[in-house]
Amino acid sequence: MAVANNELEKVIIQSVMEELAKKGLLSQKGKDHVMAAAMMDTPLVPNTESEEMVTFPPQEEMQISNPFNADAVKAMKKLTPARIGIGRAGTRPKTMSLLRFLADHAVAQDAVFLDVSEGFLQRMNLMSVQSAAVSKDEFLQRPDLGRRLSEEAVKIVSEKCEKNVQVQILIVDGLSSTAIEANIPDLLPALMQGLKSAGIKVGAPFFVKNGRVWVQDHVASIVNSEVIISLIGERPGLGTAESLSAYMIYRPNETTVEADRTVISNIHKGGIPPAEAGAHLTDVIQQILAAKASGVKLNQQK
Amino acid sequence: MILKAKVYNKIFAFQSLKEVMAKANEEKSGDELVGIAAKSASERVAAKLVLSNLTLEDIYNNPVIPYEEDEVTRAIYDGLNLRIYQEIKSWTVGYLREYILDHKTTGEDLAHISRGLTSEMIAAVAKLMSTMDLVFGSKKMRVQSHCNTTLGVPGTLAFRCQPNHPTDNVEGMLASLKEGLAYGSGDAVIGINPVEDNVETVTRLLDTVKNFMLKWEIPTQNCVLAHVTTQMKAIEKGAPVDLVFQSIAGTQKANDAFGVSAAILDEAFALAQRKGTATGPNLMYFETGQGSEVSLDAHLGVDMMTLEARTYGYARGYRPFMTNNVSGFIGPETIYSGREVIRADLEDLFMGKLHGLPMGIAPCYTNHMKADQNDQEMGTLLCAMAGSNFFMGVPGGDDVMLSYQDTSYHDDASTREILGLRPLPEFEKWLEKMGILENGKLTERAGDPSIFDK
Repeated sequence: MAVANNELEKVIIQSVMEELAKKGLLSQKGKDHVMAAAMMDTPLVPNTESEEMVTFPPQEEMQISNPFNADAVKAMKKLTPARIGIGRAGTRPKTMSLLRFLADHAVAQDAVFLDVSEGFLQRMNLMSVQSAAVSKDEFLQRPDLGRRLSEEAVKIVSEKCEKNVQVQILIVDGLSSTAIEANIPDLLPALMQGLKSAGIKVGAPFFVKNGRVWVQDHVASIVNSEVIISLIGERPGLGTAESLSAYMIYRPNETTVEADRTVISNIHKGGIPPAEAGAHLTDVIQQILAAKASGVKLNQQK
Repeated sequence: MILKAKVYNKIFAFQSLKEVMAKANEEKSGDELVGIAAKSASERVAAKLVLSNLTLEDIYNNPVIPYEEDEVTRAIYDGLNLRIYQEIKSWTVGYLREYILDHKTTGEDLAHISRGLTSEMIAAVAKLMSTMDLVFGSKKMRVQSHCNTTLGVPGTLAFRCQPNHPTDNVEGMLASLKEGLAYGSGDAVIGINPVEDNVETVTRLLDTVKNFMLKWEIPTQNCVLAHVTTQMKAIEKGAPVDLVFQSIAGTQKANDAFGVSAAILDEAFALAQRKGTATGPNLMYFETGQGSEVSLDAHLGVDMMTLEARTYGYARGYRPFMTNNVSGFIGPETIYSGREVIRADLEDLFMGKLHGLPMGIAPCYTNHMKADQNDQEMGTLLCAMAGSNFFMGVPGGDDVMLSYQDTSYHDDASTREILGLRPLPEFEKWLEKMGILENGKLTERAGDPSIFDK
């Protein structure tokens, strides 16, 4: 018997064998013999347990039917991340373009509206407190509430956090819980290790839910650290929802302005990879500690 | 001036016209954030009731920001036609709404009274209008303008082709431009938001687009949406500019934050007249948006919608070629949901038109709002029915530079075909010559950017 060399052939042989066996026309031994002869090395799985799934075609694929100059369209697609060369159905987008757009927007919305999971915080051994914004709706509509801790959080931070350390690290969900879960597992250990190796005294990092950048000023006023750094989820684009920023400030007070913060943004696997960012942030924090200044004031000293 | 109203068994008393104006608004997160929104549905109706009974003279006598303190207020009052105002000042806001909607009142009539209306009067009447009122009223008004081509021709719908690129890469920008043109987008303007706001970048983009327009004989206008002062420096150095752009707002404080003033805009307009490349007479392009004053903490306690109307009052003196809102771009703390942004878009379109502005709309949204593509498409169709002069055109609806979603090239072509609207006449001829459009419909060849790569 010839070797069955494609999936369809294998399926046909197997169904014939099964039919014959059902009708008692083929013993198990006979069936095994035929299967072996057909060199069906892997047993076939029924379709219901199939690993097959529907996925999007590669983004770079040119979707225009009968283009005037296919190579030119392909070349154009390489020049920009914009959604071009995507073709149309009448005046409307093709089904895959529509669904890809919906998927990208869905990922962005989930990053904004879903919380960082409890399981993740436990695995990372992070204490969790909340800003004064009690829900995502309130957080998004009231930027002022996300800039300070809730009363309960103030109590917890006062009781549990070590005071007068050199550096306090905050993990803040901001506008992307996805960015936290994607980057913190590599970023936080790298940063902790870096600071430890440099002999810098660091307080236990903790998580702030529904927080904005300015919440670090409130935390700093309680723990009295020299430097406070927030690792915070950025507003997701349709391209990625995983981008994270680090905001650092030296002893913030009532007169602090935006320009006093040092910012490193675009931390994600397609930008500054999280482990690398850990090393980079260690360097920046050392500079801030040495200069006793951050933001524009730090740059002026350089 | 009666500032008290009874809604069934409840009595509501208001302290000022400013408070009534804020509380008469439909729900928006920015008014809530500032703490000036109505506290209940009944209070909202009470404010509308009070407002409906006020006369235009009451509004004239109580500017929400004093004349002496604010350049925008001065532009509104100084630009008013007093004779027309005198004729209508005894009208109540409620009567003005009915006058606008009356079958006997034509677009010409509205263009006439427009000159006697302050921005606050226009905002006030829009606060009494429902969605369909706004569409019906807007549709009556048709404002035309001319730069190189004529915008606002009856039966047409134009688009700004917006081929932004995240690093201002000229070839990447051209790729998106070709795709847009191949869908019939770009008759209002080819307008690029640059990443780098400097003379070199702006000049490079302007030159590239102008040369492309000349090579392919495209009847439209070019514009690079850098800060107005950067564009002015580029013009002085010889860059080809058809339209001068600037974002503006409804208080002097917010315009200060934008780095713009009446003096700068006067100078820019004069420069465009002396050294620009366009025919004119309309040479300016403005973008506005409900909530910008809130996000800049420059609202002075005035509601977002009234401030947006004031922005149009500020704009109209410059006789712009085009003006559009970007109310959905500002963020969830000012406009939270799809419902809020659709309402804002319709208000802006109506208020802009009643100011005599050639109004377009950017029915857009960001990823941290509770809005999605369906909301955006509903807003687009409603504004198109209401006679918006133009919308944006963004590849696949995804602006990869500004990170927000706006009308796509596909939406542009779809909206025209759904409502039987045509491109601007000169541009339609060009599209037919290129084999992109035939009898108002995309051809087989359309949607292929490589038709420009012979």
